[in-house]
Amino acid sequence: MSNVPDDLKYTDSHEWLRLEQDGAITVGVTDYAQESLGDLVFVEMPQVGRKLKAGEACAVVESVKAASDTYAPVAGEVVDTNSRLTDEPELINRSPYDEGWLMRIQPDDADALESLLDPEDYENILAEAQ
Amino acid sequence: MLIFEHNREGRRAYAQAPRQQMEHTDIPASYRRRARALLPEVSELQVVRHYTRLSQKNFSIDTQPYPLGSCTMKYNPRACNTLAMLPEFLARHPYAPDRFGQGLLACLWELQELLAAVTGMQGVSLAPMAGAQGELAGVAMIRAYHEARGAHERTEIIVPDAAHGTNPATAVMCGYQVREIATAADGDVDMAALKGALGPQTAGIMLTNPSTVGVFERRIEEIAGLVHEVGGLLYYDGANLNAILGKARPGDMGFDVIHLNLHKTFSTPHGGGGPGAGALGAGKRLYEFMPIPIVAREGAQYRWHTEADRPQSIGRLSTFGGNIGVLLRAYVYARLLGREGMPRVAEFATLNANYLMARLRAAGFQIAYPQRRASHEFIVSLKREAKELGVTAMDFAKRLLDYGFHAPTTYFPLLVAEALLIEPTETEAKEDLDGFVAAMCRIRDEAREDMAFLKNAPYKLAVRRLDEVRAARDLNLSWKSGV
Repeated sequence: MSNVPDDLKYTDSHEWLRLEQDGAITVGVTDYAQESLGDLVFVEMPQVGRKLKAGEACAVVESVKAASDTYAPVAGEVVDTNSRLTDEPELINRSPYDEGWLMRIQPDDADALESLLDPEDYENILAEAQ
Repeated sequence: MLIFEHNREGRRAYAQAPRQQMEHTDIPASYRRRARALLPEVSELQVVRHYTRLSQKNFSIDTQPYPLGSCTMKYNPRACNTLAMLPEFLARHPYAPDRFGQGLLACLWELQELLAAVTGMQGVSLAPMAGAQGELAGVAMIRAYHEARGAHERTEIIVPDAAHGTNPATAVMCGYQVREIATAADGDVDMAALKGALGPQTAGIMLTNPSTVGVFERRIEEIAGLVHEVGGLLYYDGANLNAILGKARPGDMGFDVIHLNLHKTFSTPHGGGGPGAGALGAGKRLYEFMPIPIVAREGAQYRWHTEADRPQSIGRLSTFGGNIGVLLRAYVYARLLGREGMPRVAEFATLNANYLMARLRAAGFQIAYPQRRASHEFIVSLKREAKELGVTAMDFAKRLLDYGFHAPTTYFPLLVAEALLIEPTETEAKEDLDGFVAAMCRIRDEAREDMAFLKNAPYKLAVRRLDEVRAARDLNLSWKSGV
């Protein structure tokens, strides 16, 4: 069973989010996503400063099996990206919730996280997919 | 071993050398090579052995069954090759005037007509040099159509999530945003998702029918009606045409443009990046926008139509007339089949796929869409085997090579876990289909007995299990002397 930490929010397209102290949101892909994709070989991240709409494709994670879009879970501005992933895409496989984070977004609406999935909801989605 | 590694200074293959030294006095000195080209110095016999060995390492339709889903790896009849290699075709110079090439132009014109008839399109252009270029041309035509009407607000192309990866890529290359829609549980397009995506911003939709999950899209007429209603156009990806050849026509389903992979449905050789041919068909809305050149018949004469004859064309896609050698093979293939033969292609392609699906299901494998009849291909999901035994679709794929079968397409479409997309085509015999089922069952037994053994397959090929992660991350294709 995939690891679903209980202090994060989730999307049904397998991104996770964490609200940081400064009000920014850290975004990554879940353990389930990295496991389904297999060994990652390439990650393409958005430019810092790019304004994202909620649900917009904003990053690409490519594995030996497939290239998949990652979607912006909330509207906002990209304030940082994980530059280590350029040379070490395997960080996502090794540490999806920590070293393998993708980007930080300053959300337009601080309450935007409320509408996203709780860990229990996300676990239910995974259970259905199995 | 590379041919360069056989190099011995001074070794020559004299039989191949030019008899006379040529003097190119009209080439300016600044463009002439001062140092000798770095070519391998080898004997003729070494060259013959080297390339014969390479060809023996090849895993091809000429040597083994090749059930690679979505790729239609069928036998390429030798007759097509023989006739396309007639000296009258081979010796024709591309700059020769049309009046000296009437025979060739007649063949190409007839191929255009044949393809238009079998797809239900108004016209066909043979210009695209590959499937991907045909696809690019098709969407470029959709764009040209909207721009000719000043419809600049149409910025989106709808693509189902099961589509070939080239579809969204093509839409983006043509300057469109991709709007992905879901596939319903029965394999058809999710109609609610489609209706939600359609609007004044819709430029068109890209579909394959039968779809990439291997089932016929039953509500295609309703889909076409909805897309046309909002002013969008329908693009047909010809990847799966083999299943309906001579039985159903994309034009009748409501499609406005179609590209055909002649190397799939019309049995021309699949290149390893070599010459392809992506003929393009257009209905009445897009007819004027087709790429050039196109062969026209005027009375009893044939000639190339170019920009002057087709001012609204999206333009020229090939320097000359397209990949004519490939087009001729497709022409001969279509003429050999004739009107009676084409539906038999579809019938036997679907019969073989359904036979194989039924046998694999009876052997206990899980079919991704068991309630649906297969088209020319179907999906086995090895999700259960992965969970219970730890064996993956990739492990099956690698071990199948040892048993003399090319692997089916793996992990595609992505929405099915541990997918094997299997397309036997109409040219495999029943014994080969039975052999495939036996190999699949043996591999499952091996997984139960000795997983470690399976994880290192293949064992009988020129190379063992390749490190695909490293190949993707540290791609290096250049050979350097002495390294």
